Amino acid sequence: MLAFIVRRIITTIPVMAFVALFVFSLLYIAPGDPAAVIAGDQASPADVEKIRASLGLDRPYLIRFGEWFYHVLQGDLGTSIFTSLPVTQLIAQRIEPTVSLMLLTLIFAVVVAVPMGVIAAWKAGSWIDRCVVGFAVFGFSVPVFVVGYMLAYVFALKLDWVPVQGYTPISQGIWPWFKNLILPSITLGFVYIALIARITRATMLEVLQQDYVRTASAKGVEQRNVLFVHALKNAAVPVITIIGIGVALLIGGAVVTESVFAIPGLGRLTLDAILRRDYPVIQGVVLIFSFVYVLVNLLVDLVYTLVDPRIRY
Amino acid sequence: MDRRTFLKTAVGTGALAASGGLAMPALAQGAAAKTLRFVPQANLANFDPIWGTQYVVRNAAALVWDTVYGIDSKFQPQRQMVESETVSADGLVWTFKLRPGLKFHDGAPVTSKDVVQSLKRWQARDPMGLMIKAIEVELAPIDDMSWKWTLSKPYPKMLLALGKNNAPCTFIMPERIAKTDPFQQITEYIGSGPMKFVRNEWVPGAKAVFEKFTDYVPRSEPADWLAGGKKILVDRIEWVIIPDPATASAALQNGEVDWWETPLSDLVPVLKANKNVKVDIGDPLGNIGAFRMNHLFPPFNNVKVRRAVMTALNQEDYMRSIVGDDDKLWKNLPSYFTPGTPLYTEEGGDILKKRNVAEAKKLLAESGYNGEPVVCVVAQDMAATKSMGDVTAELLKSIGMKVDFVATDWGTVGARRAQKTPPGQGGWSMFHTWHAGADCINPAAYTAIRANGDKAWFGWPNIPAVETEVTNWFDAKDMAEEKAAIARLNKAAMEEVVYAPTGFYLGYQAWRSNLSGVTSGPLPFFWGVSKA
Repeated sequence: MLAFIVRRIITTIPVMAFVALFVFSLLYIAPGDPAAVIAGDQASPADVEKIRASLGLDRPYLIRFGEWFYHVLQGDLGTSIFTSLPVTQLIAQRIEPTVSLMLLTLIFAVVVAVPMGVIAAWKAGSWIDRCVVGFAVFGFSVPVFVVGYMLAYVFALKLDWVPVQGYTPISQGIWPWFKNLILPSITLGFVYIALIARITRATMLEVLQQDYVRTASAKGVEQRNVLFVHALKNAAVPVITIIGIGVALLIGGAVVTESVFAIPGLGRLTLDAILRRDYPVIQGVVLIFSFVYVLVNLLVDLVYTLVDPRIRY
Repeated sequence: MDRRTFLKTAVGTGALAASGGLAMPALAQGAAAKTLRFVPQANLANFDPIWGTQYVVRNAAALVWDTVYGIDSKFQPQRQMVESETVSADGLVWTFKLRPGLKFHDGAPVTSKDVVQSLKRWQARDPMGLMIKAIEVELAPIDDMSWKWTLSKPYPKMLLALGKNNAPCTFIMPERIAKTDPFQQITEYIGSGPMKFVRNEWVPGAKAVFEKFTDYVPRSEPADWLAGGKKILVDRIEWVIIPDPATASAALQNGEVDWWETPLSDLVPVLKANKNVKVDIGDPLGNIGAFRMNHLFPPFNNVKVRRAVMTALNQEDYMRSIVGDDDKLWKNLPSYFTPGTPLYTEEGGDILKKRNVAEAKKLLAESGYNGEPVVCVVAQDMAATKSMGDVTAELLKSIGMKVDFVATDWGTVGARRAQKTPPGQGGWSMFHTWHAGADCINPAAYTAIRANGDKAWFGWPNIPAVETEVTNWFDAKDMAEEKAAIARLNKAAMEEVVYAPTGFYLGYQAWRSNLSGVTSGPLPFFWGVSKA
């Protein structure tokens, strides 16, 4: 097991190096000019040129990449072109809201979606099943921002139960922190629930046809135990896989959700940086997201061994 | 306290009691009333008003740094940090004296050394500053409280240059900070204005916080735009960045924020219907919509093609695409200057008064236009430029021009418009933008009207008659001379089409009804605003 973990961590190094090269190159060839944004609309072309030179953006590709990569290897992700703040500081400022949002969404989605999928499979063909399938189609089809607007309109604006926007750090109390994250988590969780519920239902349908399930039922095991202990454990591997893959969905969805609910997280940092062409910030955030994704996949692989003893590394 | 607030408080108190103090208490009522939460037009991504000249930076900087002069609502520069000034009879030597008792936010007194160094940094980035620099003999302190500016040629617009509200303004910083290269960003935010910038609470893209500077000495005159006594009536101002207009609207209606600088016109009816929200015109000087044509390459290097496009242009189409059906928000603009301001003129503007497609087609045929595509670069992430771009594409097609519509984002337009390569090789034929009306009241900060070829703004028009009149305006000794110069300038610019104005439009601002003292102006003025 330990050898597997070490091996997997070592394999992340070339992955991260490739991501770094890819992101840097992509930004290099992408149109846009941060100097023009900084200089403002009334600036003369000469002023824009001077700012570009002062930012070092007029230097050749290889020199810029080499310098950036050298610093990344030392843990320095560079300095934001616009704020002059270290990228690591900007990420540190924004990481708590995003991690909070993603964790709450993950918990909420798993707690809701897995039972939904299990019950739908159990009652396959019934109205409950059709409702779950219908919800899954709806969840996939409706854009995140539409769900966000609808929820904000009803629960924040009309009922006044929760705030429309913003984020309160957990250090200022659990309830204020939670209150700010309820709507964004439900919004972001919508598509995630749809995805997990569908996969759970499909896998459970297969497992429920197995002989051992029939045997358990015949022996008089309580239906709840048959579903959630005997069957679900054997259906868990694909569900865990999809939860892991879904983290990419969460990362993408966080960009939209954080914008709709004005949450100062990494998603908004990324979007702002892209619109302004703040290259060091974009590169830093993408690297972090890639690292998280690789790490989540490693965790998923490790969790397999817990739910299925046949899997050994 | 209204019913909703009462219920929220009651339920909140109950919840707090039930949770056994799980949550930390919210701000006390008094503290909340002293905190003004403001949604600005854009994210405050950097905070150096000389290095970055975006309007949002200028607006925040006006809280933190004071200026030597400040323009009032009559467009007159008034003394601000300055107590008095004298100018020699030949107009070559200006002597200024500082107001006593001025302090920086670190407690150090403001001296003439700080002012001189700040003005030197400002000069390097400001068009008027550069003009002064070109005729400057010496800019130096005389003593701690006064300084002298010696010129080789009179500069009648000196006080306007020092007091204008167009970015960059003459924000005064401590000498050590002002020594920073004007093309490098400052890293210390020690101000001279009525509010302190709370750097450790600044989260770019999310929040910027300003606290009242208790040692600030406001002038005794009433506040009037950037002039007069800047009395701050709240303890703290929080700029809350809400990028999504629907969310900002909901937050204002819910009382989560107090003041929204630029509500989307589509959302204004909803806000007007809310009894707790007030809505009024934000900046009475509004904006001038525009598209610029590239004077260097075909087809727009030919004045007949440019005039053909202007002849076919219907400003109402553009304005309705931006502001919708609200007729109070727009007007036709057969001029390059802001309507309602002293120098406004329609001289030569007949071409924009009535659309004439037949005449436009005739002009286009006479021009020898041979069907080369017009590379129309349009930023889709800005509502105004997107709307205008769509209208222009139809306009060009209606007179028989071929359009290569490049839909992109503003960041790309910003880079591409600087390219001087031919349109088919990474360059461009036209792009859309807008100019703040405050920048278009005279040629002082009106970069877009300049027509000095390579040195001109993007599109690089080279029209000597326009430049002559710009010079005449700078040299004018009275209002009559200024008006005559501007009339001739407008006529020359219309004849040669420096750029195409697509109309004049206004925008709203909205605030909670428990705020008082909110005024209209070219930037949000926080002095005199209180919260009940």
